[in-house]
Amino acid sequence: MTDAHTAGIASHGHGPFIAAIDQGTTSSRCIVFDRDGRIVSVDQKEHEQIFPKPGWVEHNATEIWTNVQEVVAGAIEKAGITRDDIKAIGITNQRETTLLWDKNTGEPVHNALVWQDTRTDALCKELGRNVGQDRFRRETGLPLASYFAGPKARWLLDNVEGLRERAEAGDILFGTMDSWVIWNLTGGVDGGHHVTDVTNASRTLLMNLHTLEWDDKIAESIGVPLAMLPEIRSSAEVYGEIKGGKLGELLGGIPVASALGDQQAALFGQTCFAEGEAKSTYGTGTFMLMNTGEKIINSYSGLLTTVGYRIGDDKPVYALEGSIAVTGSLVQWMRDQMGLISTAAEIETLALSVEDNGGAYFVPAFSGLFAPYWRPDARGVIAGLTRYVTKAHIARAVLEATAWQTREISDAMTKDSGVELTALKVDGGMTSNNLLMQTLSDFLDAPVVRPMVAETTCLGAAYAAGLAVGFWTSTDDLRANWRRAAEWTPRMDAETRDREYKSWLKAVERTMGWIADED
Amino acid sequence: MARNIQSLERAAAMLRLLAGGERRLGLSDIASSLGLAKGTAHGILRTLQQEGFVEQDDASGRYQLGAELLRLGTTYLDIHELRARALVWTDDLARSSGESVYLGVLHQQGVLIVHHVFRPDDSRQVLEIGAMQPLHSTALGKVLSAYDPVAHSEAIEADRKAFTDRTVCELDSFEQLLDFTRARGYAADVEETWEGVASVAAPIHDRRRMPVGAVGITGAVERLCRDGELRPDLVAAVRDCGRAVSRDLGAGRF
Repeated sequence: MTDAHTAGIASHGHGPFIAAIDQGTTSSRCIVFDRDGRIVSVDQKEHEQIFPKPGWVEHNATEIWTNVQEVVAGAIEKAGITRDDIKAIGITNQRETTLLWDKNTGEPVHNALVWQDTRTDALCKELGRNVGQDRFRRETGLPLASYFAGPKARWLLDNVEGLRERAEAGDILFGTMDSWVIWNLTGGVDGGHHVTDVTNASRTLLMNLHTLEWDDKIAESIGVPLAMLPEIRSSAEVYGEIKGGKLGELLGGIPVASALGDQQAALFGQTCFAEGEAKSTYGTGTFMLMNTGEKIINSYSGLLTTVGYRIGDDKPVYALEGSIAVTGSLVQWMRDQMGLISTAAEIETLALSVEDNGGAYFVPAFSGLFAPYWRPDARGVIAGLTRYVTKAHIARAVLEATAWQTREISDAMTKDSGVELTALKVDGGMTSNNLLMQTLSDFLDAPVVRPMVAETTCLGAAYAAGLAVGFWTSTDDLRANWRRAAEWTPRMDAETRDREYKSWLKAVERTMGWIADED
Repeated sequence: MARNIQSLERAAAMLRLLAGGERRLGLSDIASSLGLAKGTAHGILRTLQQEGFVEQDDASGRYQLGAELLRLGTTYLDIHELRARALVWTDDLARSSGESVYLGVLHQQGVLIVHHVFRPDDSRQVLEIGAMQPLHSTALGKVLSAYDPVAHSEAIEADRKAFTDRTVCELDSFEQLLDFTRARGYAADVEETWEGVASVAAPIHDRRRMPVGAVGITGAVERLCRDGELRPDLVAAVRDCGRAVSRDLGAGRF
């Protein structure tokens, strides 16, 4: 991590400030923001990825809590500020990662099961009974898939000896990482608050999207006792105050005032507060979320329905979500497996050495096709090869793959919601790729806009916490902070776009049915 | 014809001696092969070692060719890598200065804009990535001409056109301007390219201290200047940004 942001001329040495914790999949970070939403200081620490078996991924929650305390203290120290300068602290987190812990000792009963962990595949199939993976979709907005937290909790109860009895006796607490961090921040065994927010709860398969409460029937079907579930609260309100431990000495009394799953936090940080506004985060994979206002939209196109955010007692705001498994990782694959480039940024140089894709299309269905197709039997193809095609054309096809996949998600969102995408707000590492951003705008036939703060996830958590304590008074305040760093507008004519889209869809078709055994 | 420089000839002979296969040689082998005194040979080897052309094995004390030789001629900084590294710093510069930020590199006879951050005021602006600017009159161009010898010779040979009354076209004055740029570490353009527009730019260096580009802000002369002078806080912000990007490149992370 670059020890960033000493370059400013405008002074941000004077508070007050808001701090945000991002408890992510590979690391925990803390960023301190000023009133304009500018970064004052950053601290970050990675944690161990534990792979006990193929497909299993775990985190040591004790290590994570230690790291969280260190990065919070580190960011405060780097900013050169004290408790009096910090108005509130907010939290954003890797979603769905599941932990059970003993409320009397504060000890985790097992490593956390990470969202990528696929050990509950069989359990999810079993839970689908004769209905299949959409058994709980109407209530929860989600398919029965191994990502989500409920079945992970059930697996722990089934596989850690004596756990179910302890859970039924009321000694065990369930939580996603937001709950674990908030419980510890607010005192842990000494009166810690056991809460979660609506966005994190909406990823458990246990919450009813309409009532925003735990669905006792579904919890019973999945086999998770209600007694161990946290209280569901809004995304922006004071859950409690920092108390006890090392951080208690440093920051005791500071309100813990927001929690949002990472993608929802990015939606918030991008100030997508109006219906139809959408953001897409381009990293290893890509997550696109569209604000659908107060409407819960059932997806018939393979998207997820989820809570976008809820500010205090306001009405909840819902979102549609589509994810692309392989985007930045395809560029890494070109670098590491193919050796065609030596750094990720060089993909643009190589791609720009030709005018177009030379007729080649690359569908990176490395582990099947995700939204909107959901075809596990698909595998990647490069279609349209002729003697004419060079590695530069392939590089172009690699970038176009990310853009076409975004177009497919965007089309699915329009189909489900009836709302046309007016502009796409982007963030994440791949936004430094100018050719990709232009291609995205061309394929979507909509403007693509990059904001000035790259850290939209942390910023979203900071914004929500700041709203909760009155540091910012309204979402309009936050919108005023939003700054456009760059905007790409469509330059492709409709005829070319339609022709290329057709070719892409033909290539997609050719990926399907490669794995014969899967249903 | 000028006489050749003896120590360079000797250094070249040493590199040839060490080249070819897995050769590791001790100081006395090298000195005797080339008919040099040990002290002389050691002085040259130490210089080559500092430049990275020669490495010394810790255990045996023997010398071999260094990694820098492999990089020579094969590496250049990819402009898209430069943009990726500069992104956070240029965003911050735009935000703190309130002006638009440009990152430029030498391309043919001009400055190629490889990155552009909008002025943070919500006004309609057009992305200017891929545009060309003149070398002799813009702040970015003057920085490149002052620090990069290739850019310098392009600017010297070019037809230095007068865009405004203030454009410096005459060779001696232009060279003086470049000396001044090197001395203070940044270049300015106050209405020398466009009427009413001022800009200030600073160099970006890579880990070998090679000038790889320039970063600067551009905006209305009324905002950038005060009492006819560029605002020192803006100059400091631009130079800080140049240093920050340079530091990031120097880290050599991939």
